[in-house]
Amino acid sequence: MVKSLHISLAASAALAFSALPSIAQVSDDVVRIGVLGDLSGIYSDLSGKGAIEAVKMAAEDFGGTVLGKKIDVVSADHLNKPDVGAAKAREWFDTGGVDLINDLANSGVARAVAGVAKEKKRHVIVNGASNMGITNELCSPYAIHYAYDAYSLAHGTGKAVVEQGGKTWFFLTVDFAFGIGLEQQVSNVVRANKGRVVGAARHPLATTDFSSYILQAQASKAEIIGVASTGADAVNAIKAAVEFGATKNQKLAALLLWIEDVHSLGLPAAQGLLLTNAWYWDMNEDTRKFAKRFFDRVGKMPNMAQAADYSSTMFYLNAVKAAGTDDADKVSAKMRETKVHDMFTKDGHVRADGRFVHDMYLWQVKTPAESKAPWDYLKPVATIPAEQAFQPLSESTCPLVKK
Amino acid sequence: MEIFGVPLQAFLGQIILGLVNGAFYAVLSLGLAIIFGLLRIVNFAHGAFFMTGAFVAFILGRHLNLGYWSSLLAVPVVVGLFGVLFERLFLRRIYGLDPIYGLLLTFGLVLVIEGGFRVAFGSSGHPFPTPPELRGVWDLGFMILPVYRAFVIGVAVVVCLATWFIIEKTRVGAYLRAATERPDLTRAFGINVPLLLTLTYGSGVGLAAFAGVLAAPIQHVYPSMGSDLVIIVFAIVVIGGLGSIMGSAVTGLGLGVIEGLTKVYYSQASATVVFLVMALVLLLRPAGLFGREET
Repeated sequence: MVKSLHISLAASAALAFSALPSIAQVSDDVVRIGVLGDLSGIYSDLSGKGAIEAVKMAAEDFGGTVLGKKIDVVSADHLNKPDVGAAKAREWFDTGGVDLINDLANSGVARAVAGVAKEKKRHVIVNGASNMGITNELCSPYAIHYAYDAYSLAHGTGKAVVEQGGKTWFFLTVDFAFGIGLEQQVSNVVRANKGRVVGAARHPLATTDFSSYILQAQASKAEIIGVASTGADAVNAIKAAVEFGATKNQKLAALLLWIEDVHSLGLPAAQGLLLTNAWYWDMNEDTRKFAKRFFDRVGKMPNMAQAADYSSTMFYLNAVKAAGTDDADKVSAKMRETKVHDMFTKDGHVRADGRFVHDMYLWQVKTPAESKAPWDYLKPVATIPAEQAFQPLSESTCPLVKK
Repeated sequence: MEIFGVPLQAFLGQIILGLVNGAFYAVLSLGLAIIFGLLRIVNFAHGAFFMTGAFVAFILGRHLNLGYWSSLLAVPVVVGLFGVLFERLFLRRIYGLDPIYGLLLTFGLVLVIEGGFRVAFGSSGHPFPTPPELRGVWDLGFMILPVYRAFVIGVAVVVCLATWFIIEKTRVGAYLRAATERPDLTRAFGINVPLLLTLTYGSGVGLAAFAGVLAAPIQHVYPSMGSDLVIIVFAIVVIGGLGSIMGSAVTGLGLGVIEGLTKVYYSQASATVVFLVMALVLLLRPAGLFGREET
């Protein structure tokens, strides 16, 4: 009895203490950032070690502490399985003292973890995945979709290809949330521009042999073969299309190509492809400086998600500092009223639905003759202004958006 | 003319592509079947050796400028020697134990090999050029067939027949078969059975590496290329009947075709159809299509 009285006294004292507004408040005396990515699977070059290093670089550049408390970076592999990702997120939020989960390559995992974050009232920033659910039905004050999304890819590459005259489309779609969401977005753009979708073949994640799907695409007689997959899947699909002569009568539209994919395909196979990326290492002095530091640590150039991992971690830490606490609601409010000017974007901000809006860019893969150095792969084609690059707020189904 | 709603031309094309994939399944399941038949080891590392073969060819090509044809001959030997080493150092110690130990040991080896290549080369994969002699395509009328794919089918058939010939028609093969059926009796005749086992494992591994080199120009060379394949190959060995050489080869080609056709009719199921067939076969013929019931 006496003991429990003591405990409740101590607890009320602690409560009273935490209610004091003037003192900086950081839960468990540490700001802990979890990098939840694909560390061993098909997307591990796009996320993986590079993502962890990018977040660590941000923590170091921030000074290693915020509000006098240590910044700690932890990481885990979600194995591209939504259940594994969600379980890890739950563990991190419940007992690991993690305040923010970053990266989240793989749309299936990102959707699952966004759900956990909403329930636990902790932050997630999605950089590796494209699924539109994050800023629509799954939106919350704690989720930010930062680097890119399916809408922006569709309105970059998809729109550019339709405008160049590609009116009939056949999709090679990876059969999970990412591919299906992307196919849907691009189909919308195609139809809005008086084009037609004549068919689609759905393949499992990590398919090695695309020849059968390419044959179906050829039989469809569509002008454009839309590759709604990424990483090794997209690379294998494009390779097979070239091998089977599909590129003679039809054109390829790779809907999400990363700098690593171009590297892996090689310029002879990839040259001329259009791609939409939020960021490229060779845009200006700031991006080159970051890329060089990253290269020295990881041994390859950073991609847009990894640059966004860095930028968004900085953004979060600055918000914690400005809010004077790591309380999720206060940090969330701070992030929604602060603009971002850094090496990732010159002008970015978070909307009510959690979408971080910024300019996107349409690139074209250089020819081998144009490429002057290793990793010199892309040339700019067009800037897609922020207001056109992302789903209009009025179309978002997020309940947080006031209509 | 249409077959179940699919134009005949597309149908024929899919059958040929199925044969190409089946060729890989056949060569890989052949090695697995031989190893299991003689060593009673479920060699889970088979996919990893397949991938190692592709990577060694890639590394030799990049650093020593070794051409495709030399690689096709040299790589199976190099990787096979590694297999010999592995058999002598590790596998040998668990022959008498429950088969699950072999499975666990080789599975552990998969994780080590794959992890090593992933750390050294990343997960994205590296392009591997098709040999110049086999570039280009044949226009078959109903489809464009890259010459290299046709070459793969041809080579696989030759390799399967040669293996069958060695095992069924030569003296070494007779020793092998004898050692499989009655190891102690074979030893009593003065035949070095442990050496036979080592050589068998080495050849099985070499065969996997050979398939890896064959696959390199078709796929990219990347660390998980073997594990993507090995599960299917295991199912094929089970369907064909564990230890049956011709059974594995024929089943490999056949299931390649079934898988190819599934991709046309309901592509979402293409990754599972092999296992569906496996479940059916296990229900109706537990020893596999070509296997014999053990006594």
